[in-house]
Amino acid sequence: MSTATFRIWRGEKGAGKFQDYSTEVSSGMVVLDAVHRIQAEQANNLAVRWNCKAGKCGSCSAEINGMPKLMCMTRLNSLPLEQPVTIEPMKAFPHVRDLVTDVSWNYSVKKNIAKFTPRPPDAPDGTWRMAQKDADRVQEFRKCIECFLCQDVCHVLREHHMHEQFVGPRFLVYAAALEMNPLDQADRVPALRQQYGIGLCNITKCCTKVCPENITITDNAIIPLKERVVDRFFDPLTKLFRVFGAGSR
Amino acid sequence: MSQVDVPLVRAQFAQTSRRDNWWMQPLAVFLGLSTFIVYSTWAAMQGDHYRFGPYLSPFYSPELFGDPVQSWFGLKPAWIPAWVTAAMLILWAPGGFRVTCYYYRGAYYKAFWADPPSCAVGEPRKTYLGERSFPLILQNIHRYFLYLALLFLVLLAHDVWKALWFDGRFGIGVGTLVLLTNVVLLSCYTLGCHSLRHLTGGFRDRLSSGPVGSGAYDCVSCLNRRHMLCAWLSLFSVGFSDLYVRLCSMGIWRDWRIL
Repeated sequence: MSTATFRIWRGEKGAGKFQDYSTEVSSGMVVLDAVHRIQAEQANNLAVRWNCKAGKCGSCSAEINGMPKLMCMTRLNSLPLEQPVTIEPMKAFPHVRDLVTDVSWNYSVKKNIAKFTPRPPDAPDGTWRMAQKDADRVQEFRKCIECFLCQDVCHVLREHHMHEQFVGPRFLVYAAALEMNPLDQADRVPALRQQYGIGLCNITKCCTKVCPENITITDNAIIPLKERVVDRFFDPLTKLFRVFGAGSR
Repeated sequence: MSQVDVPLVRAQFAQTSRRDNWWMQPLAVFLGLSTFIVYSTWAAMQGDHYRFGPYLSPFYSPELFGDPVQSWFGLKPAWIPAWVTAAMLILWAPGGFRVTCYYYRGAYYKAFWADPPSCAVGEPRKTYLGERSFPLILQNIHRYFLYLALLFLVLLAHDVWKALWFDGRFGIGVGTLVLLTNVVLLSCYTLGCHSLRHLTGGFRDRLSSGPVGSGAYDCVSCLNRRHMLCAWLSLFSVGFSDLYVRLCSMGIWRDWRIL
């Protein structure tokens, strides 16, 4: 057992300050374990959202030493414990209390994205046929646990607060999962350009770096969607090519 | 789209709680790209020492006007100003391919424009337009530069072929290998392009039913996963190839013959 110091943001609705807590830590502990120990022994009123402690519910998102991470998946032995470990709430969403933010904006954004619209079933029994390769491509996007770390690190939301014009990487991944699904018939390309604001993404790849599920957000979701927008709005040659039937989806 | 009800706090420039050396990567990108831009601009303005024996610098290939025998169209016509070199006539194409490349865009937005300086680090400006309005909306022409870059690959491969013949006899010099390595690295970079990945099948929802199967898409995707590495290696190799030919032409370096 050794002692480590955790500098935790305390306060409500954006106002507050860092407060230092020293607690015993042992091998195998993650940041959430330390926060729970502090909550149990020193700060019973510390607000922290968590659920599964297994990196699958996406509840315990926070900023640890300045980088958006899941507290339950950040092992203490990966951090320099000779200095205080700072733990802050996510900055792209309204602060509620201590480490808790209001992420409900994300749920309202999701409602605005065209839902899965399957084509008629392929077989009389009401089922569809799909090649494994096609399933694999969209399956990557379905690993998302909606921790919203990608939304938090995206500078369009975090620094420029363009929540009204940009859906953020999480929902571009969601749109990609639907748009690239061979069974789906809905057309989201005009909305990607206008309502979803894909042109605001400038490909910094920060979302990919922080994704705890290692989804290749930028290369496999956002850039392919940007290319589909180019097909539709910026490339007359491709338009012409497709008029003659080549390159259908 | 939905809005958030509570005002959020905006960070000051370079404000962050990050403990790591977050400034290292943008600084390295800034220095790397700046070095290349300065050298390539200088080399393009020289207008000489771009040929040595059968070697032609990639900065000057294809040579449209210049050498009366070896250039495509002979001597430079009088209507082209004297300060315009053969390199200036063609470098806009590969340059445009790199400037509009998805990897480089993300890299130079950070390194040159601090937009953002690094992930989760405060920015210097409050306004942001992204790539949806002029001038950055022009980045969408990347695929047209890709078509030109593919053509340049063929031309540079032809230069390697010509670099195998010394006064009509087959041979291999160190310069041949330098030019060959350059073409291989440029091919890895160009053929791993995100736009090419889209055009070879990514635009389809059914990858498995592409006109050439999914093989081309898989190959491009494989290279695409190493796009950043290939971008830097090919940037270095194209600069080094010019430097090699230039120094050999100036008599500073000697081109060793292997065969």
